[in-house]
Amino acid sequence: MDNEIKAQEEAMLKDIASQLPAFGKERGSLIPILQMIQENNAYVAPEAIKMVAEHLGIPTCEVYGVATFYNQFRFHPPGRHHIKVCLGTACHIRGGEIILENFERKLEIAHGETTPDREFSLERVACVGCCALAPVAIVDETVHGHVAPSKVEGLMLGFRIEKEKEEREKQENESGQ
Amino acid sequence: MNLASNENPDQLFSAIYEEAKRRRNAFKEADVPKIHIGMATCGIASGAIETKNAFETVLAERKIEARIHTVGCIGHCYAEPVVIIDNPGFPPIFYHQVTPGKAKMLVKYFLEKGDPLFEHLLGAMEENDLIPAVTDFPRFRQEKRVVMEKCGLIDPEDIYDYIAEGGYLTLVKALKLPPEDIITEVKNAGLRGRGGAGFPTGKKWELARTAKGQQKIVICNADEGDPGAYMDRTILESNPHLVLEGIAICAYAVGARKAVVYVRAEYPLAVKMVAKAIEQAKDLGLLGKRILGSSFDLEIELFRGSGAFVCGEETALIQSIEGNRGMPIHRPPYPVQNGLEGQPTVINNVKTLASIPHILDKGATLYRETGTEKSPGTAIFSVVGDVVHPGLVEIPMGVSLRTLIFDICGGIPNKKDFKAVQIGGPSGGCLPADFLDTPIDFDSLTQAGAMMGSGGMVVMDEDTCMVDVPRYFLDFTQNESCGKCTFCRIGTRHLLNILERITRGEGHEGDLEQLEHLSEEIKKGSLCGLGKTAPNPIITSLMYFYDEYEAHIKEKRCPAGMCRPLTAYYIDLDKCARGCDACVGSCPVEAIFTTSNRKKGVDQSLCVKCGECVVACPPEYNAVMKVSPPDLAPIVERPVDD
Repeated sequence: MDNEIKAQEEAMLKDIASQLPAFGKERGSLIPILQMIQENNAYVAPEAIKMVAEHLGIPTCEVYGVATFYNQFRFHPPGRHHIKVCLGTACHIRGGEIILENFERKLEIAHGETTPDREFSLERVACVGCCALAPVAIVDETVHGHVAPSKVEGLMLGFRIEKEKEEREKQENESGQ
Repeated sequence: MNLASNENPDQLFSAIYEEAKRRRNAFKEADVPKIHIGMATCGIASGAIETKNAFETVLAERKIEARIHTVGCIGHCYAEPVVIIDNPGFPPIFYHQVTPGKAKMLVKYFLEKGDPLFEHLLGAMEENDLIPAVTDFPRFRQEKRVVMEKCGLIDPEDIYDYIAEGGYLTLVKALKLPPEDIITEVKNAGLRGRGGAGFPTGKKWELARTAKGQQKIVICNADEGDPGAYMDRTILESNPHLVLEGIAICAYAVGARKAVVYVRAEYPLAVKMVAKAIEQAKDLGLLGKRILGSSFDLEIELFRGSGAFVCGEETALIQSIEGNRGMPIHRPPYPVQNGLEGQPTVINNVKTLASIPHILDKGATLYRETGTEKSPGTAIFSVVGDVVHPGLVEIPMGVSLRTLIFDICGGIPNKKDFKAVQIGGPSGGCLPADFLDTPIDFDSLTQAGAMMGSGGMVVMDEDTCMVDVPRYFLDFTQNESCGKCTFCRIGTRHLLNILERITRGEGHEGDLEQLEHLSEEIKKGSLCGLGKTAPNPIITSLMYFYDEYEAHIKEKRCPAGMCRPLTAYYIDLDKCARGCDACVGSCPVEAIFTTSNRKKGVDQSLCVKCGECVVACPPEYNAVMKVSPPDLAPIVERPVDD
């Protein structure tokens, strides 16, 4: 497992190195570069920050300073299922925090964290612009409107069943061979 | 930059216009039903893609010929997914909440058998003898659409759809005018910046035009960060060319050859639509070098923000484009003198620029007929929260809050009472019922203690706690403070700490005085709009809801029952039905147990106060009670052997 993750990370850094030359070396390219890395890999690894600094010829701390200033950039790899809970105004007054708490309790992580098995990550976001559907949670790009604690249970149950099914199939395949 | 014309823009444009007309007529005259589906972010979130797929499958299965026309958002969020069907022989009909199942039924009954399914339609889009028109509803009748006129009716991905509706005609007209005349017209129209502060747009343009600089730049500010506001997103997603046309006219008027559209990172669909629109406009020669044969060049770039609320502030926005942390810098010099790359820069909000084509087309006098003397034109609000018909509403300035909330948006749902309306996002304030007759315009709202802001409006019913709402906004602004000014960075933290203590029931004497004092100091000691306005939610709520703060501090009671540490749920044993288990399964933390006489009790040490048991308890028993302060809840012991 560890080796697998290591290989993935190496491939990612190689990919970033191949993309960098397409960007100019002026300061204005910094944010577009970081956005490219975030988009392709879902997070900005510490090694990637060093590479960007080298490309632009500015100190690593400058890149780090800009990257941490903006909410869009994350520094930890996300889980296989990424859950975002909206805490915009409309969601807040309709109980968005209760929904977030429910996810935190179910997953046993705080928002901004990833479960140790990298299955789930949880994030709170400010307004996704679907205020009429409040409270809103986004699970793997699917927007769920009018979320209630029981719906959270249902979602998690769905994931568990899916995973159990996958494991059963895997076992069956292995025993079949 | 005068027009040294060797070719006539009219002639060049008329070829494009003819093509657009031809396409439009071909679409209109085709003797098949047309199905318009709203596919902006809120439509998609409500399932518009599934609806579209369902239409396509059923049409193919039943071998019916029809055109599917994907359009933007019409602003009626409560009705999403919205479908308008234009079936020959019928007026165009507006259907609301069209699920895949409803889509199948519409094909089967309406398209095949000619039954428009009265129980599912909202109304017809035009007057007719058969079906009541939507214009009979207050929502449609009292709105006045200027900026959003075409939103939800045209395909944002098709430039010809926009041109067929008269799009880019105003740009052609503008290119024949001296730039000064355009600025005069905008000044005469009295247009004020729709980003919130309300600075006169014409004056800003004039300053930029006369400013010295080699190159001038126009920036369209679409970094819409207020939680609860999404009109800029909707306009960019539903009619991006209108904004581009506004930018082009502005650039021509101030003498800029470069423009930047700064879109918020959280709006992927808006980014996609604008990028596509820029490409299409370039292909037709409406942007780029020598626009329509004139000597006017304009390159529009797209810059995606990275999620920092403070970047809505103009100097921070410029910092962010230049690759720095988005920290505001001191003004003056204002960006119109010294902005992006040190050049004179005009920064206008999306709605401001989107108003420009209308003003130039219809003229300043006609524009002034809508709205009030000092705030002419229309205002777009996203009305959300506890209201029956949430969505985007465009109304003439000067309409009262009561008309907007109760007549246009249908009032408060579930027979609850109106408590407050929050206007202007984290920078605005909460206005109580006494202010419902306040006209909506820049000056009246500021006078009442709120502000126009970018147009987010959150309606709150009696169950909303007016201490928790400012706490929420402070939590937001505290997070988003860039950290440059000490008062904003540390002051908002202190405000938040005090409010958090109060909502936990740990407030004490002197807290309110300290809140007031700190708020004033933060306003004075901050550089940019974020810090200057961050205390507004506290100031207005202290002004209008002082008694709620006192109840929290003195009685440890939350009158609205919203602050969870100050509330408790219990089960009324007289009402609880023996043997019913409805609430037990609903509890996410297993706090509900069965008492010795087979009724239910709540274990207060486990309860997280999510309120699921209230929903789960059958209405005929209605046994779950909520009280504040929590010690009012009777103690029911869990049986020992349980």
